[in-house]
Amino acid sequence: MENIYLTIVLAPLAGAIIAGFFGGKIGRTGAHSATIAGVGLSAALSLWVLSRFIWHDQPNFNGPVYTWMVSDGMHFEIGFLVDRLTALMMATVTFVSLMVHLYTIGYMADDAHNWPDGALTGKNSYQRFFSYISLFTFSMLMLVMSNNFMQLFFGWEAVGLVSYLLIGFWSTRESAIFANMKAFLVNRVGDFGFILGIAAIGMYFGSMDYAEVFAKAPEHADTQIAVFGGVSLMTLICILLFIGAMGKSAQVPLHVWLPDSMEGPTPISALIHAATMVTAGIFMVARMSPLFELSTTALSFVLIVGAVTAFFMGLIGLVQNDIKRVVAYSTLSQLGYMTAALGASAYAAGVFHLMTHAFFKALLFLAAGSVIIAMHHDQDIRNMGGLRKVMPITWITALIGSLALIAFPGFSGFFSKDAIIEAVHHSDVFGAGFGWVLLSIGAFVTALYSFRMYYLVFHGQPRMDEHTRSHLHETPWVVTVPLIALAIPSIFIGWYTVEPLLINNWLGDAIYVKPENDTLHVLADHWHGQTAFILHGMAAPPFWLAMGGLALATAIWLVLHRRNPNIDAEILAKAGPVTQVLENKYGFDDFNQKVFAGGGRGLGNMLWSTGDRTLIDGAVVNGSARLVGHLAGILRHLQTGYLYHYAIAMIIGLAGLLTVFVAL
Amino acid sequence: MIALSDYLMLGELLFAIALAGIFLNRKNLILLLMCIELMLLAVNMNFVAFSHFLGDGAGQIFVFFILTVAAAEAAIGLAILVVLFRNRGTINVEDLDMLKG
Amino acid sequence: MGFEKFLFYVFAAIAVFAAGMVVTRRNPVHAVLYLVLAFVSSAALWLLIEAEFLGIVLVLVYVGAVMVLFLFVVMMLDIEVAALRAQFIRHLPLGLVIAAVMIINMVLVVGPWNFGLDSFAKPVPQPEGYSNTTVLGLDLFRTYLYQFEIAAVVLLVAIVAAIRLTLRRRANTKHQEPSEQVRVRKGPERIRLVAMRAEAVPASVPRIGSGPGADPNDAKEQGE
Repeated sequence: MENIYLTIVLAPLAGAIIAGFFGGKIGRTGAHSATIAGVGLSAALSLWVLSRFIWHDQPNFNGPVYTWMVSDGMHFEIGFLVDRLTALMMATVTFVSLMVHLYTIGYMADDAHNWPDGALTGKNSYQRFFSYISLFTFSMLMLVMSNNFMQLFFGWEAVGLVSYLLIGFWSTRESAIFANMKAFLVNRVGDFGFILGIAAIGMYFGSMDYAEVFAKAPEHADTQIAVFGGVSLMTLICILLFIGAMGKSAQVPLHVWLPDSMEGPTPISALIHAATMVTAGIFMVARMSPLFELSTTALSFVLIVGAVTAFFMGLIGLVQNDIKRVVAYSTLSQLGYMTAALGASAYAAGVFHLMTHAFFKALLFLAAGSVIIAMHHDQDIRNMGGLRKVMPITWITALIGSLALIAFPGFSGFFSKDAIIEAVHHSDVFGAGFGWVLLSIGAFVTALYSFRMYYLVFHGQPRMDEHTRSHLHETPWVVTVPLIALAIPSIFIGWYTVEPLLINNWLGDAIYVKPENDTLHVLADHWHGQTAFILHGMAAPPFWLAMGGLALATAIWLVLHRRNPNIDAEILAKAGPVTQVLENKYGFDDFNQKVFAGGGRGLGNMLWSTGDRTLIDGAVVNGSARLVGHLAGILRHLQTGYLYHYAIAMIIGLAGLLTVFVAL
Repeated sequence: MIALSDYLMLGELLFAIALAGIFLNRKNLILLLMCIELMLLAVNMNFVAFSHFLGDGAGQIFVFFILTVAAAEAAIGLAILVVLFRNRGTINVEDLDMLKG
Repeated sequence: MGFEKFLFYVFAAIAVFAAGMVVTRRNPVHAVLYLVLAFVSSAALWLLIEAEFLGIVLVLVYVGAVMVLFLFVVMMLDIEVAALRAQFIRHLPLGLVIAAVMIINMVLVVGPWNFGLDSFAKPVPQPEGYSNTTVLGLDLFRTYLYQFEIAAVVLLVAIVAAIRLTLRRRANTKHQEPSEQVRVRKGPERIRLVAMRAEAVPASVPRIGSGPGADPNDAKEQGE
């Protein structure tokens, strides 16, 4: 099996290398063929591995592949841990990645238009793009298949790097550069916590290996360390690790980079900033469940952060007009749901939602991308409308994605989101009740903004200009095929996987839940099949809230909008200060910009002017030069050029030395 | 009886006078050369004295060589002096400041 | 105090006096002459301690050759003594201080308490028939032969250098090149035949006479 796992990881890397280094030689077809072959092979093998785990009871694999170094008994190695959780992640990542690869062929076909004339960076951008997304697939696989913290960190940083490269892919755009720098910096904050957490693990457990650390973890359950006046070691480690997850999975307050990351090409938004990379934090916490279970404080922290993110980020989605940003805020919100699930110890539900979300969010993004292609790269939903007539496939698939997103009964999102809300409802950790309220209202908000976007884009009167309207047409098959391929699991995967994942504990030993924290067993106890689950869910408040949101959205943006096309703007205007707050995104960006960026710049300016220019340049560099100059100016008078002066100096020196020697 | 210290102190006196002479006549190249000759004489005085009181002929051999070198030095020094005077019209050391950067 | 000691003091006094005059005389010629006096008295002092050869050499070679060279140079050059003597007094104190420091230091080192008769007794006088010159010569040509030869080379170099430095060729100097003269061969190098056309005598010039110089043909014949 080891060779198969290696192949799964290395095939995308090979594709990336071929497309990246030889892209100019092999051309566009060569580049996308190579990368799709690599990722396709990887996806096929991943699905096969997943099928082995499902039907053939494949044993877990856990072993090193390559030892990088051994330092003081600590092994730094490349190793794979493939259990059911990993297999599920591998299949999700490679499948979505493959779809995105296919889709990219259509999306990037006329990428030349996105570059200024003659821009050198625009050369071979198509091949470079394929290289990047394959490289991302490799990095993500390294992350999920890792069996130790070092490789996890490698994958963690590698996906961050690729994300940086791809957000700033159109490097001639000011906003793209700003966005990728922002993403990079915000992720640094998270990674700082993450690496501190890993360091703490290395310090107290003396190992980087998951299995060893997890085995030793209970010993340290009550260890206190003298940081901030004494905290529980496990709480500290878990919160530090979770800070890393907050950066990568865009939880409040480290979420600010994700909406801006939409500056990248849409396939990337779908693959990295919706389906896979941002779920790395969720995956990591699920993987670290044996650690998190030991700290109720950390779980509570996770839950509250998740619930806050889920609700408040959803609200911002209501006022966004950029189609991709709406989807981006919905991503933030859904990531909040997953995080809340983790906090409620419902790791399986979090991973379950991660998987279903990967499909329907990728679908929504690709649908948005499809719309953007049709609209000639205009992303403003106020300029759209009535697209369902010209883009039937995109319309239907987007509808499916939206329904899955708002947890319409029967769609995959329903099972996962309902399970999360249930789990939080049953959780006993501090803040669970608060979280439950936020998540439930969040369902309402989700429905509202999802269908606001849906109606504004696909229904109503066309609002685009004549030129665009005359060119509207359905996108080519490379775009629609991935849409369809993603729409199918978006509908059905929840139905088929809810029972094994949540009820029968299919993930097994990959996840550890303390019995007293096990919120999902309540769900299992009342399990009478999917239909009963749906019926039960329809009796609960979240469902009615979601339906209420859907109804309200229909009323406003379908019915009223027909009469008054400006209703959207009017409502926003009436909400006045609330809109203001939401449009300012609660001021996070301004705060960061002023305090951190401004403060950093101020500090830099101060260091530059006083530290560098005055102190180093002025005093040290020029000062010493000037000092030497002055001294030399004085000393040069000694160098008269008269031989007898030198002779006299010599004689006086001789007399002096003589005196010294004689006197001594 | 003549003691070694008598000769040494005589040599030392001559040397000190020559030294003072260098200070006094710092501008006259010829006198500087003469002072150097005087210093060599003082040194030779010491050599001869030591040679006698230690019973070692090497000291006198040394004086012999010093005289040789001093003669050569005087010859070349005076030659340079003559050339200098011919080219610059002076032997005033104060005017010879070409070393000055 | 024996006679030897008396002689020592006499000559030492002369030497110190002469040295003092050397450095203070206004006239360089006087200075050179006093230097000669210092050398001569030193030679006498050397004779007192059985360094006869060196004493004679000092007088013959040094006084006879080197000092005369000095005298020549001093007399030859037109030295502006006044300018050279400027600031003589100004530097006197410093020179005296330095000299005093040297003297005090050296007396402390080489004074009688270190190098007196107690430490270095007067050696036994050499026997009759002892020749300082012979001993020195034997030493010089046996033990120090190479050094002696090097000294010879040094002198040779000094001669060459002195000549090269002072030798100059004036533009209007008349001289012969013997080597060129010797190398001349018979034939064309000794004699050159020049073919010339006879000059026609202008009609307006009256013939003054028929002397051999006046006739162009004669000139031609003479040339050949």
